Amino acid sequence: MARDRRSVLPGFGLTLGFTLSYLSLLVLIPLAGLFVKSASLGFDAFFAAVTSPRALASYRLSFGAAFAAAALNAVFGLVIAWVLVRYRFPGRRLFDALVDLPFALPTAVAGITLTALLAKNGWIGAPLAPLGIEVAYTPLGVTLALVFIGLPFVVRTVQPVLQDLEPELEEAAASLGASRWLTFRRVVFPILWPALTTGFALAFARGVGEYGSVVFISGNLPMRTEIAPLLIVTQLEQYDYAGATGIAVVLLVISFALLLGINALQRWGLKRFAGAAETA
Amino acid sequence: MSAATSSAPWTSAAPPRPVPRAATQDPRWARALLIGTALTFLGLFLVLPLVTVFIEALAKGISAYVEAIREPTALAAIRLTLLVAAISVPLNTLFGIAAAWAIAKFEFRGKSLLITAIDLPLAVSPVVSGLIFVLLFGAQGLLGPWLMAHDIKIIFAVPGILLATTFITFPFVARELIPVMQEQGTEEEEAAVSLGATGWQTFRRVTLPNVRLGLLYGVVLLNARAMGEFGAVSVVSGHIRGLTNTMPLHVEILYNEYQGAAAFAVASLLALLAIATLIAKTVLESRMGKRTRGGHG
Repeated sequence: MARDRRSVLPGFGLTLGFTLSYLSLLVLIPLAGLFVKSASLGFDAFFAAVTSPRALASYRLSFGAAFAAAALNAVFGLVIAWVLVRYRFPGRRLFDALVDLPFALPTAVAGITLTALLAKNGWIGAPLAPLGIEVAYTPLGVTLALVFIGLPFVVRTVQPVLQDLEPELEEAAASLGASRWLTFRRVVFPILWPALTTGFALAFARGVGEYGSVVFISGNLPMRTEIAPLLIVTQLEQYDYAGATGIAVVLLVISFALLLGINALQRWGLKRFAGAAETA
Repeated sequence: MSAATSSAPWTSAAPPRPVPRAATQDPRWARALLIGTALTFLGLFLVLPLVTVFIEALAKGISAYVEAIREPTALAAIRLTLLVAAISVPLNTLFGIAAAWAIAKFEFRGKSLLITAIDLPLAVSPVVSGLIFVLLFGAQGLLGPWLMAHDIKIIFAVPGILLATTFITFPFVARELIPVMQEQGTEEEEAAVSLGATGWQTFRRVTLPNVRLGLLYGVVLLNARAMGEFGAVSVVSGHIRGLTNTMPLHVEILYNEYQGAAAFAVASLLALLAIATLIAKTVLESRMGKRTRGGHG
């Protein structure tokens, strides 16, 4: 990493050296260890571990529930961001601050609380039970826990874009005779779209790996309500290191792909938004 | 948004008539519908769970609540959580400052790659974060036999919990500080250096006062996660009561033993931490004059 331009400021070597060593020791080398370990399993054992029916069922649940939760969050997160930015009503700032609760509340606390609320004798679960809707210990419960965890990602990525939106754009659309709905659909929504997909992807990525808020509500039945991270824990407890490592590698590779995808989305959003602001 | 609502010229006509809705405002019914939807959703998913923590915690009365928190293994869990935070928070703060200085004040090749690498722990499932340390330091791990021979215990002991927590919370300060320092530019520091200040003096007297709030913001988020981390710590801890149980793990054990009220009592302390974090975050945001920030993950 050569410095391209000389700077008079001191401390470059020291701070970059510390950054790189700390990063390598704490993050890069331990992560590389996972791949070394999985390579030592041999292809057949690795393949068998990651494609066992139980593993496949756990991916289906983890990815399916994370996708459904992220989609729900995209819809409601957009509504919440819109309401918090555009309207004034009593308690708005309180609700705005509260949106970050899922970031701040430890996942285990979220997990036991959602379970208590959604169980058959819980405040929300009890009225649903006579209707034949079971939430706790079903894939629906897993999805709702992931909705809780993912909500701030969508709201907090859409909100700043909405705040920066030039009012002139909407005024121009209105002056040309567009209705509110047409203006939203053709002018506002296209500008929000990159942020919305970024928020969706962030919520999805978080949901795929989430553990604490889900284990309590999922019931953890193999093949039915067992998420992939829990399967790793179970196999580790049974000293099945090959199985745990294999599934961890699958999750890790997908997480990295999502991280790269999200970075690309964010760059696209910046470019799109900068373009839209210029034409305003 | 638009001034047309308040002082439209035609309202001076004698009979007061309803002010027409500006073309850029949503119809009243749409407003009501959207606000209603948003508040119902926030109420069900955020307010209700937060309230439930405290109601469940006090379900068996105040004395049971106090008893659950003063119980020796609960106190040991609280102590361990504070210890872990007291070590991993300063470590990652120091790293965050160093990384932000190198990245924000200098140009070098591979910078964006470095920024992506710093974000890695946010993309990794907490369970996988714990697993990588088990694979390195556990009995079956790459370094396991050597550690065993030297009688060093990392996994199922406090060092493992420290490692996992520090890994998970690694990017928090760096992520907050890098954009703040980038915005500050390098001119003030260059002026200080040209007037003869040493590097340390420049940092302490020029940079730090400018980025103080951003740094504090990062530390608040870092601390909340360090105290609340569950998945990663759960994998490396071994759940030994009074020894390797942090507060979130203690909550899990009580809950699985059907001691609901006690579990929620300890959980309520963590919920108070979350509320304090949100308040600190909101205050810092308004003092920094910054708009709502993106997510962490």
